[in-house]
Amino acid sequence: MIVKQLSVFLENRAGRINEVAKVLAANGVDMLAFSLAESSDFGILRLLVSDNALASKILKEAHFAVKESDVVCVEVSNKPGALASIVENISSKNISIEYMYAFAQGGVANIVIKTADIDACVAAIG
Amino acid sequence: MICLTTKNQQLKTKIMIWNKNKECMSREEMRQLQGARLRKLVDNVYHNVPFYREKMQAMNIMPDDIKTIDDIKKLPFTTKQDLRDNYPFGLNAVPQSAIVRVHASSGTTGNPTVVGYTRRDLAVWSESIARCLGAFGASREDTISVAYGYGLFTGGLGLHYGVEHLGASVVPTSSGNTDKHILLIKDLGITGVACTPSYALHMAEVMRKKGITPEDLKLRIGIFGGEPWTENMRKSLEEKLQINAYNIYGLSEIMGPGVSHECECKNGSHIIEDHFFPEIINPETCEVLPEGEQGELVFTTLTKEGMPLLRYRTKDLCSLIYEPCECGRTSVRMTRIMGRSDDMLIIRGINVFPSQIESVILQLPEFEPQYLLVVTRENNRDNLEVQVELKEEYYSDEINKTIEMRDKLARRLQSVLSISADVKIVSPNTLERSVGKSKRVIDKRVLE
Repeated sequence: MIVKQLSVFLENRAGRINEVAKVLAANGVDMLAFSLAESSDFGILRLLVSDNALASKILKEAHFAVKESDVVCVEVSNKPGALASIVENISSKNISIEYMYAFAQGGVANIVIKTADIDACVAAIG
Repeated sequence: MICLTTKNQQLKTKIMIWNKNKECMSREEMRQLQGARLRKLVDNVYHNVPFYREKMQAMNIMPDDIKTIDDIKKLPFTTKQDLRDNYPFGLNAVPQSAIVRVHASSGTTGNPTVVGYTRRDLAVWSESIARCLGAFGASREDTISVAYGYGLFTGGLGLHYGVEHLGASVVPTSSGNTDKHILLIKDLGITGVACTPSYALHMAEVMRKKGITPEDLKLRIGIFGGEPWTENMRKSLEEKLQINAYNIYGLSEIMGPGVSHECECKNGSHIIEDHFFPEIINPETCEVLPEGEQGELVFTTLTKEGMPLLRYRTKDLCSLIYEPCECGRTSVRMTRIMGRSDDMLIIRGINVFPSQIESVILQLPEFEPQYLLVVTRENNRDNLEVQVELKEEYYSDEINKTIEMRDKLARRLQSVLSISADVKIVSPNTLERSVGKSKRVIDKRVLE
């Protein structure tokens, strides 16, 4: 399914991630998943949270650059080979993956996938 | 006669004065010569440069009003803006056919500052540089590498032909390839090197790492300019490279390097004042300041043919010393440049205006107009960091897109400034809004 992800631009300096976490905590926003991508002088924190509108508002008020984008979130069983079959389906349709991350809870795992064409990706996964 | 102490005490070099006739003239004779040359110059620009004719007419000044060098006070000033307004050849006093070379420095608003030289201008330039080199103790026996950039910048080609005019051997290394340059200094027995003082410090460091000591080299003269430097840097360069380090000053609008130079006394730079007449003015009121007072340096090109300038405001702050020098020269000396009356930065020897950077940022829709420049010096190399914010809609969830925007700005800056800058994207609303231009620059360089 298609879900909304928030991304936050972070300058590469000590304490920046902590500042994001504190702002979300102070407003009771729960982080379901996140991934951090980094380059030499900045990072981008991607988040799935309990309340996008609230998280977006409070982060912007704290002078963070926040962007909302569509990503595909797929639930698979938490066992070997589950990821491979998903990726196989996507790549067989020549859809390139911009980035992905995953989180697992007990018997199920969730894979978050960003591609240029979200709808095609959803169709490919089936 | 003063003797230079070199690394080899037996090699005592008698320093020559290249053009004793001009460099040791009595003050009165010099004033006469300057007066005669000024009259000719004013007559020339009045009749051949519409810009000056209009300015003089507006001030009700005719060429006949200029009788002695003291009358220079009556003449209009020229600014860098005037050069831009008359881009590219509007201030030339000769037809294009008489121009044999063009140099240019980067411009603020897209227009570079272009200077055309006649054959005689180039001869005067080479003569000026030969005088500088003579004062540094160089002669036809020397081999000198020119590590200023060759090209539109005046440093490389200016020094090059000056060294040839002196009769020394020139090695046109240009800037950039430090390893090869050091190899050539060693293998060719290079005795003099012309570059920015910070680059020379960098070279000394590379040599130390390679295990090359001054004893392995014949290097004895440093011809350093293009950026401000200090007595401590001189001491450090002289110790590390076992050379005599001298300042050479100039600016492309007037000629290029070779407008003034130090001598063995290392106490101020002698101005080639039979060609370049200096004044010190109050940068606010434009009034000429009494001898010895610090203010903005102004030059009139007494003999220039291609693009002669009346009272060009350099924006460099210094003072003038008229007492004769112990070296025997009577020419006026200028002190070290104490600062600028504008916001120009000199980074790796290249002039950079914050407004140039601003204009590049404004052309790219991805960026907010705010910026902060942070200049540092690490390992004797200047570093320019340009902090910018993206417009909100351009902050991306993808690293590659963000890097693309950063690199695009870096490439544009490189092409306008001729030096590389580190672009750093920062979070929105972190750069100060609506502050003066001076607050947009943090210069952390400490010239020790």
